[in-house]
Amino acid sequence: MSGFKVIQPGLLTLIQDAGRFGQHRIGLTTGGPLDALAFKWANRLVDNPMNTTALEISFGGLVLQAETDAQIVLAGAEMPLKINGVEQDRWHAHKIKAGDKIEVGFSAQGARSYLAVSGGFQVEHSFSSSATVTREGIGGFTGEKLQQGDYLNCQPPVEHRGFRLAEAHRPDYADNISLRVITGYQQDAFSDYQKRLFFSSEYQVTDRADRMGYRLEGPEIKPAIDGILSEGICHGAIQIPADGQPIVLLNDRQTIGGYPKIGSMIAMDTARMAQLLPGSRITFDEITIDDAHNLHCLAHVRFNNTEPDPVD
Amino acid sequence: MSTEAANMRIEVAGENALIVYFGEKTDPRVSAQVQQAVTILESELDGKLIDMVPSYASLLVIYDQLMTDHIEVRRCIRKVLGQRHNSDNHEGNLVILPAYYSRESGPDLDALAQRADLSIDEVIKLHSEMEYRVYAIGFAPGFAYLGEVDERIAAPRLSTPRMKVPRGAIAIADRQTAVYPAVSPGGWNLIGLCPTRMFDPKASPTMPVQVGDRIKFNPISRDEFFAQGGELGEIK
Repeated sequence: MSGFKVIQPGLLTLIQDAGRFGQHRIGLTTGGPLDALAFKWANRLVDNPMNTTALEISFGGLVLQAETDAQIVLAGAEMPLKINGVEQDRWHAHKIKAGDKIEVGFSAQGARSYLAVSGGFQVEHSFSSSATVTREGIGGFTGEKLQQGDYLNCQPPVEHRGFRLAEAHRPDYADNISLRVITGYQQDAFSDYQKRLFFSSEYQVTDRADRMGYRLEGPEIKPAIDGILSEGICHGAIQIPADGQPIVLLNDRQTIGGYPKIGSMIAMDTARMAQLLPGSRITFDEITIDDAHNLHCLAHVRFNNTEPDPVD
Repeated sequence: MSTEAANMRIEVAGENALIVYFGEKTDPRVSAQVQQAVTILESELDGKLIDMVPSYASLLVIYDQLMTDHIEVRRCIRKVLGQRHNSDNHEGNLVILPAYYSRESGPDLDALAQRADLSIDEVIKLHSEMEYRVYAIGFAPGFAYLGEVDERIAAPRLSTPRMKVPRGAIAIADRQTAVYPAVSPGGWNLIGLCPTRMFDPKASPTMPVQVGDRIKFNPISRDEFFAQGGELGEIK
């Protein structure tokens, strides 16, 4: 096998595919990329199927040594990409040769980027997925984040097409954004006043923001109930614990829990939120489940109908 | 008309998830309805579901938005769960879990017995004579919430959770009991150790129990515990 040697793992680099599904009944969460759109683009730009294993790089600092010829791409946050010391474009497939050094620097804007390789990284699946969930010790290499000295196996090189995404289509990771939320779950336990407060206030991302959930700080929201009988938690659910500060639950969330929830953020927007660093400011917009459904389907159509440009 | 249909409530959970409530509290009959709903919806919505999370009195149904929508899923839930036939008395499997109860394996046994004004032997008797039901699996892979323990041995969570609870620890929190499937932090009261692996990614099935199963603990001696592969593990 040939592949890539991990010279420096970075702060938090994880092996991820699209996620682990259908395993909630034994308590396994989904894992998978926090920013699914950037992940999908990374795979598409090196002509991979959508569920191909790639690296999720949080904050940056990854250095790899290639021991194979391949095409690579970096999509997502603005982390400077260097190949053999020369800065290269992101959202753009690059041909590399065995011996090349690939460096992903620290992010100027955004928090997560995705490094994909033509043919994908070859990682053993557990429960039908390579997605790493460190809290569970499942997926990736023994459930851990990438370590110095790890070796990322790849398929032997074959001709692969490479693409670049025009700048106009690249997502923007700006701060100060409004994120869309559907009210649901225990929303009846929140008075109209509490809901208005939630939807009209500004919240800050705290430093307790990770793959399990983003803790926010802002005006306290108080439901009329303390706790509920433990129940299933969906992706994006916004839980309000006793201190009144919302937590938006993400890919590595616990599958069940007993805090009241005011509703859920849509996945398109959890992806945007996961690109924010502590201190970033956000507000919430209420939308209906009908609107959310349409937005999801349109985003799917838009992705499929956005043609990247071939390179070479 | 079945009472189930009248009691059932469907709420939006997220953009691709509905949650169905069958009741408000821990109740084996409600839990059985949740179990039955899982089986029915699995076949009715085959190919359109992403996942389901059954819990005490609710079922979270997560669907693929490119295959279906909340309107169809809601109608399906109403239709198939509304016209429920009482016929199959869905009884889960009975699973016996060996339990080595002792001060050595259960550092909170003493405090729990004192609190309850019972002897340690009485606590063990009360815990092992009851047949429990698996109400939910979550918190961590393979963590099964069992209920309900006899009121006399119910105990609140520790005020300071432990950093390290060993794999196999049998524990009580309020009227719930559980076996820790892996080494983890934990705030439940530890009363013993179970040598059976509750979660083994390499085994098939991965877990010896599933939601809806009935569980009984069978007291074993220290020697039997070790003979069955038990390990004491570290408690911090």
